[in-house]
Amino acid sequence: MAEQMMAADGRTLKSSLNRALRRQKLRALLLIAPLLLFIMVTFVIPIGQMLFRSVENQIVSDTIPRTVQELASWDARTDPLPDEAVFISFAKDMMTAVEERRHTRLGSRLNYENAGISSQFRRSGRDVADMGEVIADQFIALNPAWEEPETWVTLLADPDWIAADPDDRPAFELSDTARTALPRTSDVYAEFARLAQDSPRGLARSQPWNMVYFALHEDLTATPAPDLGTLASPLLTEAATAASGFETESIRDAFIASSRGWGDTALWQTIQTYSPPYTASYFLTAVDLRQTPDGIERAAENQQIYVRLFIRTLVMSLTIMGACILLGYPVAWMLANLPSRQANLMLILVLLPFWTSLLVRTSAWKVLLQQQGVINDLLVWIGLVADDNRLTMINNATGTIIAMTHILLPFMILPLYSVMKTIPPSYLRAAKSLGATNWTAFWRVYFPQSVPGIGAGSILVFILSIGYYITPEIVGGTSGIFISNRIAYHISSSLNWGLAAALGTILLVVVMALYWAYDRIVGIDNVKLGG
Amino acid sequence: MKLTKAMMATTALTLAGTTAFAQEMANDMTIVSWGGAYQASQDNAYLQPYLAANPDVRANWDESSPEAVARLRAMDEAGNLTWDLVDVVAADALRLCDEGLAMEVDHDAILAAAPDGTPATEDFGDLIISDCFIPQIAYSTTNAYRTDVAAWNGETPGDICALFDLETFPGTRTLQRQPIDNLEWALICDGVAFEDVYDTLETTEGQDRAFAKLDTIKDSTIWWTSAAESIQSLADGEAVMGSSYNGRFFSAIVEQNQPLEMLWDAQVYDLDGWIIPAGLPEDRLARVLDFLFFATDTQRLADQAAYISYGPARASSAPLVSTHAELGIEMAPHMPTNPDNATNAFVQNYLWWADYRDDLDARFQAWLAQ
Amino acid sequence: MSALPIYATTGQKIWHYTFRVIVGLILFFLVAPILIIIPLSFNAQSFFTFTPEMLALDPDGYSLRHYRDFFTNPDWIRPLQNSLIIAPFATIISVSLGTLAAIGLSQSHVPYRRTIMAIMISPMIVPLIISATGMFFFYSQLGLWMESALGFSRSFTGYVKVILAHAALGIPFVIITVTATLVGFDHSLTRAAANMGATPTQTFFKVQMPLILPGVVSGGLFAFITSFDEVVVVLFVGAAAQKTLPWQMFTGLREQISPTILAAATVLVAVSIVLLTTVELLRRRSERLRGLSPS
Repeated sequence: MAEQMMAADGRTLKSSLNRALRRQKLRALLLIAPLLLFIMVTFVIPIGQMLFRSVENQIVSDTIPRTVQELASWDARTDPLPDEAVFISFAKDMMTAVEERRHTRLGSRLNYENAGISSQFRRSGRDVADMGEVIADQFIALNPAWEEPETWVTLLADPDWIAADPDDRPAFELSDTARTALPRTSDVYAEFARLAQDSPRGLARSQPWNMVYFALHEDLTATPAPDLGTLASPLLTEAATAASGFETESIRDAFIASSRGWGDTALWQTIQTYSPPYTASYFLTAVDLRQTPDGIERAAENQQIYVRLFIRTLVMSLTIMGACILLGYPVAWMLANLPSRQANLMLILVLLPFWTSLLVRTSAWKVLLQQQGVINDLLVWIGLVADDNRLTMINNATGTIIAMTHILLPFMILPLYSVMKTIPPSYLRAAKSLGATNWTAFWRVYFPQSVPGIGAGSILVFILSIGYYITPEIVGGTSGIFISNRIAYHISSSLNWGLAAALGTILLVVVMALYWAYDRIVGIDNVKLGG
Repeated sequence: MKLTKAMMATTALTLAGTTAFAQEMANDMTIVSWGGAYQASQDNAYLQPYLAANPDVRANWDESSPEAVARLRAMDEAGNLTWDLVDVVAADALRLCDEGLAMEVDHDAILAAAPDGTPATEDFGDLIISDCFIPQIAYSTTNAYRTDVAAWNGETPGDICALFDLETFPGTRTLQRQPIDNLEWALICDGVAFEDVYDTLETTEGQDRAFAKLDTIKDSTIWWTSAAESIQSLADGEAVMGSSYNGRFFSAIVEQNQPLEMLWDAQVYDLDGWIIPAGLPEDRLARVLDFLFFATDTQRLADQAAYISYGPARASSAPLVSTHAELGIEMAPHMPTNPDNATNAFVQNYLWWADYRDDLDARFQAWLAQ
Repeated sequence: MSALPIYATTGQKIWHYTFRVIVGLILFFLVAPILIIIPLSFNAQSFFTFTPEMLALDPDGYSLRHYRDFFTNPDWIRPLQNSLIIAPFATIISVSLGTLAAIGLSQSHVPYRRTIMAIMISPMIVPLIISATGMFFFYSQLGLWMESALGFSRSFTGYVKVILAHAALGIPFVIITVTATLVGFDHSLTRAAANMGATPTQTFFKVQMPLILPGVVSGGLFAFITSFDEVVVVLFVGAAAQKTLPWQMFTGLREQISPTILAAATVLVAVSIVLLTTVELLRRRSERLRGLSPS
């Protein structure tokens, strides 16, 4: 056995080194941990949650659960319209949704997939309370007791709940007998009771919705006839006998009368298609596709914008990056080759706009570039441009490119400069003294060594520009806006957060791929900002 | 048969009303409005006098009304309501009320009666378009043109269709980046009668027709998102004709002496007013109600008209409208409701827009991006 | 390159001067917008327009009213105060956490170094509008928790939220600049200090800190400017009571175009120049300390 090397404390050197290494690792991690934790909690997780909205679609099944369930068995190829049962479920769901003010949100959600649905929900939201009135009136005509809130509470509530102190009652509870004997009524009434209990009038003074009466009629006329058991009271027995003779009403007709759109097959297909709690539809929309009952199709011609915008964002970001290389390279060269004091003064010129409010710089470009702006005025004054033919340099792609090149140029110059500073000038002199022309010396000797700087600057500029939004918004008009502007629009105006998240996710994936490429090519440590 | 909403609101408010005196009122208040001359008029006419009477109160203006619906929805979802009172246009108020994001109020219970005792609901009349909406002003979106365009050879635009007449009135237009108003004007200038506009817009063919008309000026239009942008373009000469709110034009023409002239044809009436976000804690609600009672009384609404040319929403305020606070000129002739200006006004159907806004917004944005 | 050798040919001379002109033009491009805003901020009118009076150099076309407005109007004073509260605190958080982490990252043998680096740089990579919305929901909940569980006032939590959000945005800049300084850091210095009996804390403050100070300072300044110039996130995360200067400028541009914005910007340019000069002086000092003579 070979004698092992020993450290001063008597352990083997190997284990001692290992221990030191472990301690070093631990120390490094301890130093990193607070920031890592901070960024994870305050940034990475919230952003992740935001992006997750791109697949969430629980709103449909949460808002109209019964309808979603009933609709599952509907086949649009055999029946142009869902049957009465679906409409009845829908009326019950809508009643709750309207009281909770959730129906217009669902309308807006479905409207993203089939324009026009929103107004159906809005309009019928105003009418749904009247549905079932025919039945309700007959119950009340039969016995005015049906109009009393108390009747219903006695019939359906849990005895323990009734016994509780009326001023401090817990949340409404159904009795088990009511639940089994009158399942439909209990189902709707439970929701009514929950909402009425929270209202200022309280359950004791609120008359049930028409749909509660409607559900009771359903229960009483169901086959086989319900076993009323202990529920049987003269009032209920009387109603059970009379119910089969009631004049009925079609909820389907009521919906179609309220808004014609409910008679449209496509509308119900949309609801059916978008019932599942998770959806790919936002991502599909984000690439100009749409999910239809017959599979995935391209979006209508006049709605295809996102692919175009993604391409435009990429092309314009590349253009801006190219412009930054062209303008940044000579400046960085000059900076790297001037004596330090002069170079630092020049650096201040480079950094000055970098540190002037972005908003102000962008508005200044507006003043400079517009048709009645400074540059056009100068050109007209010189005589290069006719007064009635001024250049359009803003509110279009040109405006965005000029203003963004200006804003991002320092991000190109600084990394380039820090790389160029490390290239010894003697290399160029050596090349020249060996007979290379100026151009060859530059192109074959200097330029290759500055490529990492170009790489660093380019990626930085490209990543920053691809996500820009304020500058294009102010100077981009309609042809110079980026995908971020659409994201912002969907977040703050159209409220289509799912689509915004999907667009954002796609953008983020592109940026991360670039970041990865950048890290492979240059290494993220090699970015230097000033200093 | 439903839980009557009005009843719910009344009870909630009586509760709030009684607690208002018993309970502490919050001393911080965030009021959301539109910024610019309009917000300044509110500041001068209501807030400053209120703060003078209540020196403990600190009020912040937040100029987020353009995104009010989105922000309120986000606040609701996050359960973090930072606003106390929000100034919105009628259509937004309807939408917020629909979604339960705005509180329903009993106007007579929380607002002052007119000096002669007329209850608030009668004094405001039809302008109370929703249970959540407390009207302040009637304004109009209208057009103005530069008076010094040489290329027009002395012609001056006489009606709304000058917007679409690039032959006689060449030059850049500036219009709002939204379908509302623009689609109506397009149809009107395509020969649709005022009363048929919304019926036409409801059909796909009608929409095609409106967009086709807008296509004719699409390339010579700068789309604005805030009223200030449009005034800036017109003042610069960057645009020669375009839309904005009549009060902004008033400020540019009368207060800043810009070479602009109003085009009162087919001005689109709209309303603007307050909503109280639903779910305010009691102390903040009490403060808001206290402020609101003061800020919407007859005299305050009339005072506002001294700073901006919008018509006060109370009938009883109209006779009290006098002169501009600084310039001393009569304000009545500059009001959108003035008979001379209102000869050919178009009444926007905000109920219709509440239904069709989503649909047409999507199509309009796609049209713009193409 | 700096000086033209005497033996340069005519072609070289022409190129030499053409090149300088080109660079001069590019630098002009960089500062042109700033040059534009300075005269416009003295505009007597309320628009971003060079009026005929201004072009004729008529004194009536100019006025200091926008400066007066900036320094007296609470609409501007409060945002300025808010920015001056928020930016320094955000900077302190970014700089302290960022510097520690950068030192940690610069040690050899850090596991998952690339991934950790990517996470820490992420606030710079994620498009701002997405960050803003995502952070909105998170900070709303955080704010509620702070108000209900910790009993802080609404206004205090408002500041904390914006400060934390801005700190996160500033961190990548600190990480990047400090790691860059540490790449050139000679680790034998810390070992030497340890050898001579210094505790790790002493080593850090007495040896390491002064040497990486320029990186920390420039990182800190970037973080400061990030917060000072940030408008998207604060619009979402902040409440009106925390309205910052860029927020006021943003609404100013959107709602009430007024050259006060330009007056504010001009003041800020002046402040930037002072800050930049400070950095330059600090840098020169540190070079002297490190014994590097200016080349």
